[in-house]
Amino acid sequence: MSEVEFDTAGVVKNFMYVNRKAPYGTIYALEVLEAVLISAAFEQNAAIVFVDDGVYQIKKDQDTTAINMKNFSPTYGIIEMEKEDAEEDEDMDMVWRIIVEKESMEARGLTPDDFKVEVEVLSSDELAKVMAEQEVVISG
Amino acid sequence: MKFGIQVNEGPFTHQASDSAYHFVKAAIEKGHEVMRVFFYYDGVNNANKLSAPQADDRNLVKLWGELASEHNVDLVVCIAAALRRGIVEENLADGFRISGLGQLTEVGIAADRLVVFGD
Repeated sequence: MSEVEFDTAGVVKNFMYVNRKAPYGTIYALEVLEAVLISAAFEQNAAIVFVDDGVYQIKKDQDTTAINMKNFSPTYGIIEMEKEDAEEDEDMDMVWRIIVEKESMEARGLTPDDFKVEVEVLSSDELAKVMAEQEVVISG
Repeated sequence: MKFGIQVNEGPFTHQASDSAYHFVKAAIEKGHEVMRVFFYYDGVNNANKLSAPQADDRNLVKLWGELASEHNVDLVVCIAAALRRGIVEENLADGFRISGLGQLTEVGIAADRLVVFGD
């Protein structure tokens, strides 16, 4: 099959990536992360959200030695860098947000200090409003 | 309406691929356009032509391929997800092509709606 291309020039949409699962145990966390990183090249708005056990994905000091799996949590630092680049670059219109759902965080005894990236903490109701503003929602 | 579709699960363990297939078929029958179906996570297993389900059950690998040839639907398998799971050109089923994750973002931008099928 030959390559099909769509004209996306000049279009900026609101993308939301909803991370719901613990970082290891299923592959969803890693593969959502890969999708987020690729999307940066398209300069779209992105809200990267962590809810339920997904909040563990950005926990500091992950050590995967005992389960013999790759610790991919340093890569979340790249998302934070993309977000900061977008904020600082006046020629770039895209806005990136890193959001943690308050209820999920608190139910697991976590605070914003436990995360390796700086996050916005939103209540479930506030998050629902942000979600309603999105045009594309990708979850894993 | 122009739809983009994302399929996140393989053809057996979950119903996601069946639901997506029926959705795409119904959308086309109603006159909508399906710009692209993007297979991600275990969804890439929908493109494995070595898959051999029992003869008295549906064969989604074939059904997707038939849909592609009848209605010219663009079936794209994520290369990063595919390589991990051993889906390569040699065992890629008819109607599918392997490409990058950017194809997901692209159809998200271009389509009126991206509909995600998964767990």
